[in-house]
Parts: sequence; C-alpha cells; structure tokens
Amino acid sequence: MCLQVEQVRLLDRFSNKSTNGTLYLTATHLIFVESSSNNLTSILHHHIASVEKLSLTTTGCPLVIQCRNFRVVHFVVQRERDCHDIYSSLLRLLRPVSYEELYAFSYNPKQNDQQREEGWQLIDLGAEFERMGVPCDQWQLTDVNRDYKVCETYPRDLYVPITASKPIIVGSSKFRSKGRFPVLTYFYQEKKAAVCRCSQPLSGFSARCLEDESMLQAISKANHNSRFVYVMDTRPKLNALANRAAGKGYENEDNYSNIRFQFVGIENIHVMRTSLQKLLEVIGTRSLSMGDYLEGLESSGWLRHIKAIVDAAIFLAKAVTVEGASVLVHCSDGWDRTAQVCSLGALLMDPYYRTIKGFMVLIEKDWISFGHKFADRCDQLDGDPKEVSPIFTQFLECVWQLSEQFPQAFEFSEWFLLQIHEHVHSCQYGNFLGNNQRQREELQLRERTHSLWAYLLSEKQNYLNPFYSPAYCEAHPVLEPSTLPYHFKFWRNMYHQFDRSMHPRQSILKTILTLRENSHKAESTLQALENVSEHLNLLFHTFGLFPKEGQYVQGQDDEDEQDEVGEEAVESTDMERTVEGSSGTESRKQSYGELEGTYNNELAKEEPAVVSLEFGVARMTC
Amino acid sequence: MEFAELIKTPRVDGVVLHRPFLPTVEGTLCLTGHHLILSSRQDNTEELWLLHSNIDSIEKRFVGSLGSIIVKCKDLRVIQLDIPGMEECLNIASSIEALSTLDSVSLMYPFFYRPMFEVIEDGWNSFLPEDAFKDLESMTDEWRLSEVNKDFSVCPSYPPLVAVPKDIDDETLRKVATFRHGGRFPVLSYYHKKNGMVMMRAGQPLTGTNGRRCKEDEKLINATLRPGKRGYIIDTRTINVAQQAKARGGGIESEANYPQWRRIHKAIERSNVLQESLIKLVEACNDQSHNMDRWLSKLEASNWQTHVKEILTTACLAAQCIDREGASVLVHGTEGTDTTLQVTSLAQIILDPSCRTIRGFQGLVEREWLQAGHPFQQRCAQSAYSNSKPRQEAPVFLLFLDCVWQILRQFPCSFEFSESYLVLLFEHAYASQFGTFLGNSAAERAKLSLPEKTVSLWSWVNRHQEIERLTNPLFEANSLVIWPSVAPQSLLLWEGVFLRWNRSSKCLDEAYEEMVHIIEYNKELQNKVNSLRRQLAQLETEDPLLQTP
Repeated sequence: MCLQVEQVRLLDRFSNKSTNGTLYLTATHLIFVESSSNNLTSILHHHIASVEKLSLTTTGCPLVIQCRNFRVVHFVVQRERDCHDIYSSLLRLLRPVSYEELYAFSYNPKQNDQQREEGWQLIDLGAEFERMGVPCDQWQLTDVNRDYKVCETYPRDLYVPITASKPIIVGSSKFRSKGRFPVLTYFYQEKKAAVCRCSQPLSGFSARCLEDESMLQAISKANHNSRFVYVMDTRPKLNALANRAAGKGYENEDNYSNIRFQFVGIENIHVMRTSLQKLLEVIGTRSLSMGDYLEGLESSGWLRHIKAIVDAAIFLAKAVTVEGASVLVHCSDGWDRTAQVCSLGALLMDPYYRTIKGFMVLIEKDWISFGHKFADRCDQLDGDPKEVSPIFTQFLECVWQLSEQFPQAFEFSEWFLLQIHEHVHSCQYGNFLGNNQRQREELQLRERTHSLWAYLLSEKQNYLNPFYSPAYCEAHPVLEPSTLPYHFKFWRNMYHQFDRSMHPRQSILKTILTLRENSHKAESTLQALENVSEHLNLLFHTFGLFPKEGQYVQGQDDEDEQDEVGEEAVESTDMERTVEGSSGTESRKQSYGELEGTYNNELAKEEPAVVSLEFGVARMTC
Repeated sequence: MEFAELIKTPRVDGVVLHRPFLPTVEGTLCLTGHHLILSSRQDNTEELWLLHSNIDSIEKRFVGSLGSIIVKCKDLRVIQLDIPGMEECLNIASSIEALSTLDSVSLMYPFFYRPMFEVIEDGWNSFLPEDAFKDLESMTDEWRLSEVNKDFSVCPSYPPLVAVPKDIDDETLRKVATFRHGGRFPVLSYYHKKNGMVMMRAGQPLTGTNGRRCKEDEKLINATLRPGKRGYIIDTRTINVAQQAKARGGGIESEANYPQWRRIHKAIERSNVLQESLIKLVEACNDQSHNMDRWLSKLEASNWQTHVKEILTTACLAAQCIDREGASVLVHGTEGTDTTLQVTSLAQIILDPSCRTIRGFQGLVEREWLQAGHPFQQRCAQSAYSNSKPRQEAPVFLLFLDCVWQILRQFPCSFEFSESYLVLLFEHAYASQFGTFLGNSAAERAKLSLPEKTVSLWSWVNRHQEIERLTNPLFEANSLVIWPSVAPQSLLLWEGVFLRWNRSSKCLDEAYEEMVHIIEYNKELQNKVNSLRRQLAQLETEDPLLQTP
C-alpha cells in the first residue's frame, strides 16, 4: 500500500514558515519530500501517538501529528478528500493489535542469521552478575523460576540469599503483588551490600507472612556489615496507605526484625503521564512568554518528579556505599519506580554502568529482564491509554541531568540517550517489545527480530562523550550529585529534539567530536609520514644524497601551515548516524548535517592525507 | 580626609574566614584605605584581598564575645568573617561600612592604584572616536565627524566627537539637540557594510502634549534614508509609557511628521524594576532551602529571564530591520542612555563579526556604553545586596552581558572570547582598580582627568597573558550574521554569574580543561603533519632519482 498526495504544506511549529512538498504513506512510514530541496521528513508509524484532523481552512485541510519522540508535524493538505484518506489510513496503521504487525518483524538490516544471533548475545546478564561477584558465599542463583512458575514477570534466572530456601521463596512470593518476591539486582562488592527489589507486600491492615519475614531476614543476614536492611517504599506514604484497603500495603516494622522502613514519595504512573502532558502542552505553545514558560514548568511538576527520582537514587546509593547496608526497594508492582530507583542508584555507585556497554547491561537488567512493561508503558499495541506512562523517559532524563553535573563521568553523550529513547518507541528492534521475558520468548524475538544493542555498538563512535575520563571515574567511583533545584534543567534536546530553531546553532559536542576524529586520523597520517621520511633518509644514505642545508627546518611559519590545512581540506567523512528506517534518526542526522554549515567549517575538514602518501610511497619503491 | 580616621582597628588576629566550597582560613585581618585583607601568613594559602568598593552590604552577628561579619559583595559573593572580641568586630564593621560607601569619586581606588604590570598599550587611547571614524570613512562618505559637542555644551552625556549625516551642519544639530531628551540628538551607532543601512540612537523627542515639531530633527533622520526607502524607529517603551511621557515633555515621533518612518514599540523595563528583579533573582539563587516548585516560582517572579528575552528580542528586531529588510533604524527609549544602548550594542553583536572578538568587544563597550554616556557610576553603585533604597542603580549593563552570554551559548564557536571575559567586565563595572568605568559620561571622565590619573582596564586586558586567559578555544571566525533563538526554552540562567558562588564548578572546570586539551592536541598534530609533508615534498623535488620514474 502506498498513498501519494501532492502539494502538501508542512508548517513550522513555532514560526510562520512553511514548505511545500509531496506526502507519501507507505506500509511503515509517513514521508514528506520537500519539492524545493528534496529534504525528507520521515515518520515511522509506530512513533505516531495521535493524528488530528482540524477543520477546513481557506488554504486546505490541516492535519496535526504528534509523535512519541516529541516530534509534532502540522501538514496542510489542499483537498479535503486526500486529507481524509491519509487520516483514516493512519488511524488504521497506528493501532496495531498484534505484535506480528510491529516493524521489528519486517525490519531487515541486511544481516545474516549469524550476525543477528551474535547481536543478541552481546549482553549476558549471567556474566554481569559474575562481574558484581555473584554467586558468592552469601548469594546464589536459584532455579525456582526456571519455568516462570513462581513469577511470570520475572526472568528465569534470579539471585537470592544462600539461606533463602525454596519454601521461603515460594511463600514470600505468595505474599507479594504479582508474585514479585525480593531478589538481588545489584551487589556492591566492596561492602558486600545488596540492592534487592520486589513488589509491595499483601499485608493489608494486619496480615503477615513468616516466609516473607524470613526472606528479609535472609537478606539482612547475607550482609555482615550492617545489622539492618533498609526497606525503601518509593511511593508517597498516602498511596501506600490507600493500598492497604485493597489488601496490599507496606511492611510493618514490628513484624520484620532488623528493617528500617522509609517512604521516598515518587508519584505513580498516572501523575507522571499527566505531568508530561502538561509540560508538552506548555512548551508547544507558540510565542510562549518567559513567565508562562517558567510557570508552566513549575505547574507541570515534571522537574519535581525528576528530582524525586534522583533523590531516591541518592538515598539508595548512600545507604549502600556509605553505611554498607543492604536495601530492598519496592513500589506497588515493582516494575516502574522500583526500576527507576534501582537502576539510577546502581549508576551512581558503579562506573561500569556509565559506559556505553554498561548502560546497555543496566537497561537490560533492571528494565527489560525484570519486567518493566514496555509494551504497555510505550503503547506498542492498541491498549489501555491509562497504562501509558513516560517512566523510562524519566530514567533517561535523570541520567542526562547527572551527566550535566558530571561531564566527565559518562562514556556516552546525550545522543546515546536520545537514540535509545527513539528506539524504545520505534518497535524497530526486538529488545523492548512485550512486557516481560516470558512474553518475549513466546514471541521468539531472538529468532525473528534484531537487537538494538548490536546496532548501537556498531556505531559507538557516534555516541561517545569526548570529555569522558576513565581516570575521573577511578577517582570518583561513586557520584554524589547535588539535588538543589537549580541543578535540574529543562531537557530541550529531548523535548524539542525536532524543533531545530530552538537549538544552539553551533554544537560544542559535535565540534569536539569532529576534532577528536581528525586527531585520530592525523595520528595515523603522522605515523605514515614518518615511515616515508625514514624510508627517504635511507635512500639518501644509500645513494649518498643529502638534502641541502636548511631543508629540515623545524617549526615553520604556523600561519602558513594553517592555510595549507584550509586549501587541501575536504569534507571529512562524518560521524553521523546511518540507519534505515527510523525516522527520528534520519532527521536528527539531517539536523546535525545542517549544523555543519554554520559551525566552523575549518575544523570539520581535514587533509586527504593517506591518498597522497601512498602515491609517494609507490613512486619511491618502484 | 584621611582614610586612617575611618579605620578604628586596622588589624585583628585570629580571624576565621568562611567561604562556600573552599576551606576556612584562619589569619590576620587588616584594613587599609581600599582593601580588606585576610592573610594566614602561611606560604601556600591564598590571601583574601577584597576591595571595599566591592562590598555591597554587611551584616553583624554576635554569639557571646565572638562576632561575625557577613560580607556581601557586588560580584554576588558572600563571605563570613569570625572576629574574636566584640569591640574589634564592631570597629571593623563600622570601618568597612564607611570605607565601602565613600561618596567622593576622587577617593576611589583607581586614583591610588599603581599598575604592577608593564603598560604596553595605553587603553585610554585604544578606542578614540576619530579612529573608529576612519574605518567608517573607508566604507562610506555619507557621514562626517562633528565637533559640535567639543565642550559638552550641546549634549552633556555625549562625547566631544559624534558621527552625523554629512549634509547636516552643526547649527542644525544644535537645534535638534533642544528637541531631544538630554540634548541627545540622533547620532550614528552602526553602519552595516553589507547594504549600507545604518542604526542611529537618540533621546526621546520632546513633543510634549501639544505635539511640538522640529523640522531639523526630521531633516536629520530623513537624511539617512535612501530615496524612496522607509526606515524604522524602535521605541523601547510600550506605546502607553511613551504616550504618558508626553505629559512630562517627552513623546514620540508622530506619523504625520515622520511619514517615512514606521514606529515599533517594545517593552524593555528600566531602572528600579530591573534592580528589584536582580535582588529577587539573587535571593532565589542563594536560598538553598527551596524545593523545586518554590525555586521555579521565585525564578519566574524575579522576571530576570523575561528582561533578557525582551532585550534580545528587541535587538533581533533592530538587526532584522537592517539586515533583512534593508532599512535604516533609529533606536530610542526615554533618555537614550540605558535600554537604547542595550539594543544598539546587541544588534551589533548579531550583525557585525568584529564585535565578537576580544578587542572588537572592547570597542563596542567603549563606543556604545562608555562614550555613549551610560551612567555607570550611578547604575553600578549598588548591586543585589544593598539595603538602601535604590536611587539610580540598575543592572542595565549586567543584563546586556547576560544577553551576550546567551548568544555565546548558542554560537559557542563564533566568539573570540569566552564567558570569563563577560564575568570580568561585570566585576569591573561594579568595583575595579581601573578607571574605565568611573564617572557617568565622557564629560565627567574628562573632568576627573581619568586618562591621566588612572589606569585603563583595557591596558591590563590587552596583554598576552590576559588575552590568553580570556580566549575561547573553540573560536573560528564566522563572518555571518548570527540570529539567536529567543524562545524561552533556548534561554538559560547565567550560572557563571548567578550560581557562581553557590555551586562547586570543579567538574565543569575539569571538563573545560579536557576540551582545551583536545583542541590543542589536534592543532599540534596538524602542524606536525603539515611540516613533515612539506619536508617530503621538498625532498621529492630535490631528488633527481625520484623524479625519473
């Protein structure tokens, strides 16, 4: 199926500018081609959150499309019938009812089966637990969930205290929402302190469960550094209290020996969803005043929520690294706030998670394998709109906020975070499809789709943070961020990633990355030149020819040389992303490309070194 | 008056200094005529040297016999001195108060300061109007340099030499001066080489309630228009404020009398409103007990970012009229010494690449602020911590620097200078050992004989070491007009000034060092590659064996 509509206008969201072009609707994408420049705007159907047809105007029929990656496009189609065709086709396309309809199952990046399998083997969680030092004398792998019998939404492999016997585990799981009993997610080897996660206990007003109490006791006993375990309930106290009426609730300190109970007050998925909606509404306003912007930023509560998550993660990291205490984290079901706090806390404690590979491992562990409901939260299939919530986006934003405070602590730049966000919603790769591991196995994702991580690693150099310093990480393994309100900023490059008029016109990140790349090339050029030079000297010696005096003058006129760089310069091969398929990447790529025009061209250029050199060598050896 | 009379206790031992993010220092506190000095008398600890004129206000606190003085500086830093002994503490406090609020300009430190460096180029002569005019002459012959104000009698706030349209004689200028606020007749501010359009600035026209008219004024500004072309008058006040000004003798250019001009009104705040805004902003930044909502609401209530946005928007508008519309522009507000200068100077940053160099920016500050008669001494007498009711104080210049910083953030490779240059100018505008920002006009500076009696800030800045420190390592000349985004999402709080003392900048500084390192390493490599390649090329041409295949 392919629909083509000519003479469509694409309006700029914030100015009165517009461009004319042709709109194409394919099986997977909505594509707009500008007639004057052939510039492409391509939108993956899965990225479309909503389509709205506004009432007819004198210039045509407006169509507004909102995307999950925060792109908003506004088309004006000349004939109403065409507009209606696009509109109704999109409505059909953007609500897939079965997983098989998702792009990941048809996406083919020209890899053979072996490459695809290798892609899926890149991340090995067993190896990750080994890296943490688990299994060890206190923690072991349990096979109790081998067949997803104890907990459907947990992975098969789970780590529990040595002293937690199967009856304890099973008993505890029956006392926890959705059977999500306490399991290990991070082990801080230095202090033998554990970060465990679970869901809320089914305590109601007075119920108790001896196995669950033993389970917590076992976690406590596994750590000799501390006499107690922190139990962090990441919900506001009021929410936890309300849950008691439904037979759920929180741990009663009187029933559990050696626990310290703590609420940290992160709001639920509904509050977060509304908050983001408000934020997007405010920042989508045309001719927004500064007052309305700041007031909207405040009233949306978005940054308040982000701060709450970071505060909770800091509490967790401090308890583990400073006090050496183990911590059990839960919320209601233990797959939203718990995932946020556990993963962010581990990121603060362990420099490995701040590397590109480590960050993938972290997401794979705390989000994918422990059953964050990506399908529901990201609205992959036509489902309950009340289940949709930007929980994972918040996690990425927290990481970004931290990277702003610690520019040298992360191996990756914000482009990495943006790209992950893009593909969590693109349904182009199999990683984030479904709600839990069991479902993913049923869908045979490893056999039928490709892994995002392989693709991201293959173009790792695009995501590097040039300021990253392993030495810094060694000196500061644990990050201690400040959470004073002014350290939290609006993440323009996320929420306005497609509104280029709002971005700085020159990017320091891109400039420095280009420079670094040029340096790498210059290093090899230099090496090659030195070889040639040596070769020549040898020739001179053999034939008794010596250069005249003054030819080996070092440190020649600097300015002269600078000019030379300019003259010989050609465009460097750029480190832009090349992806088939994903629309966001395409246009981000475009925007970076456009940036180049305005930022200093000199730096982006470099000499065609190797070519001329080889020529020289060839001439000399013949 | 002798300073000694004001210093009751010149020296106290055992004083403890507390500063945020820095270790406390215990040492001896000394008061001199112009400085507060704290020295631990150990080799490797730095001494605190604080100019009295940098002190905005002080607070005293007593716990038993231990007194504390909290010193709040104009550069927004807050420090605490613990002084043993009630009497000593009181004496020190009253001395600081007296010494930091000296009324007489001639007692200010710049008159006593002797440079410890060699003055290579006297900054007082670096930016003379006649030199700037020579550049203009090379581009156009439509302007002349008038000496009508050489004794400051026509306009007390103008410099002795101003550029005016060639066909307008001095007699006409005198008449126009009587029709413009403060005698500020329209003068040339900027000539846009690309299309020959100009930007002028003036004081408001004195039309009053009965619509007074001045043919000479009309003639003057019309002389800047090309035949058949229209120009824009940008009034930095809202139409209401401008209308109200009529009752006090001011007013606007009416359409009837200025048919070739289109008037646009913008809303840039001035004077007390700005000072209050600064006070509120700094208060919000210094209060660490805020939660997120309170911080955002206080930031909003300070209105500082709104001012930044308004000023930038107006400057963009002026630049757009000139560059995109190909029209000449006249900018004024009321007096033409504050908002007007913010707009004209920022428009030049946008339009003219030479203003984005270290030296070019100095020239801009000289032309558009110092010689244009921005009353620095009145505006910068107090900063955000002053307890006294503001009289003439207003952070007009600081707002300008903030706007430049915003553009710098958006075009980080197009400026020869880095953020620290802007911070330096902010500091020196409020308290300095140099005479550059003393006085309120060229006339006052001449009367004070500043060029003879004090050192210019530019003499100090334009030395190799300083230039190096202030240079932006990312700079690569960009000859284009640079259009900043003025969307609120694109404008940020200037942390380098407002959070400077409230956060540890260690991580950011280290990352900056790393960036400099990457850039330098790349340069070094490119140089090596080029020099090697050149040697090889020479060898190849020299060697007959290699030339015959």
